[in-house]
Amino acid sequence: MSVHSLEIRRSSASLLGGATGMRALPDVAKYVDTSTCIGCKACEVACQEWNDLAPVATHQVGTYQTLPTLDAGFWNLIRFDEREVDGGLKWLMRKDQCMHCAEPGCLEACPAPGAIVQYANGIVDVNPDNCIGCGYCETGCPFDVPRFSAKTGKMAKCTLCVDRVSVGLEPACIKACPTGCLHFGTKEDMVALGSARVAQLKANGFPQAALYDPQGVGGTGVVTVLGFGDHPEWYGLAANPHVPLGVKLWKNILRPIGLIAIFGALIGTVGHYFTYGKKEYREEA
Amino acid sequence: MGLTRRTFVKAGTAGVGGAVALGFDLKEARAEMRAFKISRTTETRSTCPYCAVSCGVIIHTLGDKAKNATPSVVHVEGDPDHPINRGTLCPKGSTLRDDINNPNRLTSPKVRRPGSDKWEDISWDAAIAGIAKHIKETRDKCFVEKNAKGQVVNRNPGMAMIGGCTDTNEFNFLQWKFITALGVPYRDSQARV
Repeated sequence: MSVHSLEIRRSSASLLGGATGMRALPDVAKYVDTSTCIGCKACEVACQEWNDLAPVATHQVGTYQTLPTLDAGFWNLIRFDEREVDGGLKWLMRKDQCMHCAEPGCLEACPAPGAIVQYANGIVDVNPDNCIGCGYCETGCPFDVPRFSAKTGKMAKCTLCVDRVSVGLEPACIKACPTGCLHFGTKEDMVALGSARVAQLKANGFPQAALYDPQGVGGTGVVTVLGFGDHPEWYGLAANPHVPLGVKLWKNILRPIGLIAIFGALIGTVGHYFTYGKKEYREEA
Repeated sequence: MGLTRRTFVKAGTAGVGGAVALGFDLKEARAEMRAFKISRTTETRSTCPYCAVSCGVIIHTLGDKAKNATPSVVHVEGDPDHPINRGTLCPKGSTLRDDINNPNRLTSPKVRRPGSDKWEDISWDAAIAGIAKHIKETRDKCFVEKNAKGQVVNRNPGMAMIGGCTDTNEFNFLQWKFITALGVPYRDSQARV
């Protein structure tokens, strides 16, 4: 194994796993400019090739989109959304993939210790060794990204090419993009790049252009420039995504109460034993 | 064996206690990360064979060319130092690994003899010798030294030349010189997508 350099910032279903914070590692991010995407799908292919994912059978659903939705063996899908705007057709393309949220709903919902981890540079990854394939991360994800693989019995999603990033390379999809609509760098730099592009779009006939970096999930590791920033739903993005309330209730309230109950009972039992001793049986006649 | 309720509770308590004491140790999770699959592959620079843009690619091959290692292509990606594509590739070019590993890929010259309906494999030596023979024959048969006005033209209209897309600028220059020396007037390249 060549990759040991990244600490784990957060780990699912575990109080442990915090990075020491000794090394100030910047968050990394992808930048996606939907206004310059031509829908060539080079990123899709580069993803499949790098991650050694076998081809997934495609089926025609009336658009150029490769698959109707993401798949356990297909982590990066260009959505082709057609929309009539002011009497004209707009062909909206968006890179559908794991958004690598700063506060990942999948990680919060995951009950298997260490199955979903957030590395010190912000990448959210599924560790298949610890994944139990329960699918709870699906319910926790505000972007509907993780998929269950019937083949492996585990969940699968984009890893932001953590294997490449941790040795200093850009993700495979970013490298392939021929139009340069994809970029990779620190989160700070990508937000700056996105803001500059949004300003450019606003000055050139897209007054509603905006940068999509939703704060409901603490910001995302995929910074998206939307030409129609007032309608993220046209691109299949929630206007204000957040971790579902049920997951929050369960993880932040019910689970601690349950843990307190279990350990309370244990401590009570042991305490009772030491205070009152063994239970004495009376022989009944 | 008789398992009394008492033993069961004892064993259960010991088990929970043990789990708490040992804890959910994340050391294992820390050690398990994804390996970088091309860290020690042999890198070969090449040119994408599809369109005339001629993107530079790097072919990653298993092994370090040691005698006992059989190389196979494990990954292909864009060459960041190539001035044309600077590391990028189109979706078709991104699939080159599968093209190279395709069992149906042509790996030797083939010839279809006159009157035959089959392609047969021949060696490179035989192919080059055959082409040279045909070039000589065609040129001797079709050569036009002078046009209708009596001007010297040295044309060889019996042949045509089409350049391939993986040819570099330098190679195309040599090709052009060679074909000009043969007097071939019909030339084309694949310089378009």
